[in-house]
Amino acid sequence: MSAGGTPEPFASAGNGRAHHRAAFGVMIAFFAIGPLVLYPVFLMKVMCFALFACAFNLLLGYGGLVSFGHAMFLGTAGYVCAHAAKVWGWNPEFAILVGTASSALLGVGTGLIAIRRQGIYFAMITLALAQMMFFLYLQVPFTGGEDGIQAVPRGKLFGVIDLNAPWAMYSLVFAIFMGGFFVIYRAVHSPFGQVLKAIRENEARALSLGYDVNRYKLIAFVLSATLSGLAGATKDLVFELASLTDVRWEMSGEVVLMVLLGGLGTIFGPVAGALVILAVENYLAKLGSWVTVAQGAIFVLCVLTFRRGIVGELARLLKKPL
Amino acid sequence: MSEIFGVPTQALFGQLLIGLINGSFYALLSLGLAVIFGLLNIINFSHGAQYMMGAFCAHFLLTKLGLNYWWALALAPVIVGAFGVLIERTMLSRLYKLDHLYGLLFTFGLALIIQGLFRNEYGTSGTPYAIPELLTGGQNLGFMFLPNYRAWVIVVSLAVCLATWFVIEKTKLGSYLRAATENPELVRAFGINVSRMIMLTYGFGVALAAFAGVMAAPIYSVNPLMGADLIIVVFAVVVIGGMGSIMGSIVTGFALGLTEGLTKVFYPEASSTVIFIIMAVVLMIKPAGLFGTQR
Repeated sequence: MSAGGTPEPFASAGNGRAHHRAAFGVMIAFFAIGPLVLYPVFLMKVMCFALFACAFNLLLGYGGLVSFGHAMFLGTAGYVCAHAAKVWGWNPEFAILVGTASSALLGVGTGLIAIRRQGIYFAMITLALAQMMFFLYLQVPFTGGEDGIQAVPRGKLFGVIDLNAPWAMYSLVFAIFMGGFFVIYRAVHSPFGQVLKAIRENEARALSLGYDVNRYKLIAFVLSATLSGLAGATKDLVFELASLTDVRWEMSGEVVLMVLLGGLGTIFGPVAGALVILAVENYLAKLGSWVTVAQGAIFVLCVLTFRRGIVGELARLLKKPL
Repeated sequence: MSEIFGVPTQALFGQLLIGLINGSFYALLSLGLAVIFGLLNIINFSHGAQYMMGAFCAHFLLTKLGLNYWWALALAPVIVGAFGVLIERTMLSRLYKLDHLYGLLFTFGLALIIQGLFRNEYGTSGTPYAIPELLTGGQNLGFMFLPNYRAWVIVVSLAVCLATWFVIEKTKLGSYLRAATENPELVRAFGINVSRMIMLTYGFGVALAAFAGVMAAPIYSVNPLMGADLIIVVFAVVVIGGMGSIMGSIVTGFALGLTEGLTKVFYPEASSTVIFIIMAVVLMIKPAGLFGTQR
């Protein structure tokens, strides 16, 4: 993704705050009114995965770093959060925090190793490291192996608000999603985000201009890992379950697919991608392995004919960055 | 019974043998990945799925057409290789002008489709494939029992690896290939059909994967997911070796298979993670890989 890469599918995210505000409005309205029409648990799942996909997009769409192992951050935070809530009996806010922190820590460790190579090697390294974590979680006792950690208590937020009430859990997920989304939005539109995009477009040039390229990459990687962890911890409280599914390579592939379908390097693309992919999976769930086939087919079609993604195409039609 | 470091020699040599077998497959598969990567600049994510297709091809040839193992060894690579050529011509070749990322994503999607289709048809449990009659039985070497088929796998994969190395490094054809890897435009200017070369290279890499699949069929059962986890280990092998050298990927493949076998003897808990740990260590010390050059 360094020198010589084609920036064509990356819709530029320059000015155009008015359109961002309008799109923000649509998104907030969708998730606020949504539970009246759609199944709330499905929407909570969408928000968790949307945050996961946005965090991933920060790295791929803006940093040009292809991680194929992001499931390890989703899963690690989930396991730690579930363990803290169930075994240590911590309040949900602390359980989520400690889960997120553990993913951040893992992000520092794996990031330091992975950023030593670029491009395709980066993808293979992150995939291999994630597979290592998968085998680790399969063996260590605290994860419960194939069974996972079941019946994780949602608990009382701040010791007061009982999260077993559907509206309370929904509001918490909504707040976390919006918070994470805002952090990413700010990061992308900050000087840090500009440098990150410069590295994506031409790493050698960014280096020659005096930017500590590796430090920027590491910060982006850790930020992405942390927010993925936040999504994973929250998701496990919603489903009251932490399982191996979240650390498998299929999960890493799924988040790539969400971002690709929604639109690489667009602000709102990952949210749209997560919504569509989860809806398709929900619809095809009864058909077993056809879900995998459908995912593969979407991958192939996106790469061959639809590289801008849903929001990227929309942005092109409207001639505004979204 | 004699012992080495408190481990019975029987167990030690048994695990070393399994390590060598695994190493043979790592070497064959990483070699195919390296050959494809050299010319196409694409990491073939569907390599594991194509390896699985090779094994299933052997299974079909036997059950549907009654063609035995030896036929499969010759035909399966051709059939799966032709499938690879078809994919390359119709779809993959459109992606060369784009970022390498898209080649990776395309082959990943392709792997999902192939594995999903096979899983729909055959579930996740495997189908056994009998060892060919000529290679049943084994030799008693005094310190261990060596099944004939396993010895065959090691010898043949070593031979195929070395033959590939010879063709690429020592023949005229190989020199065109290496030249096209360095500078395709210039080679094209000399009147060599680079597009056809790319097509055949991809076909050859895929055929190597299918060949490994046929070899693996009698050892592991024929299973739709047999290549899915294996390919990730092979990626780690490729990162450790670096894709710069053909000999490098062969040596790394066998060496890591042996290392894994040894780990199974002395610290079995780490046997599934040891290659990934080695990868992390190598990246810290020599980021380009043991035999690679940073580019």
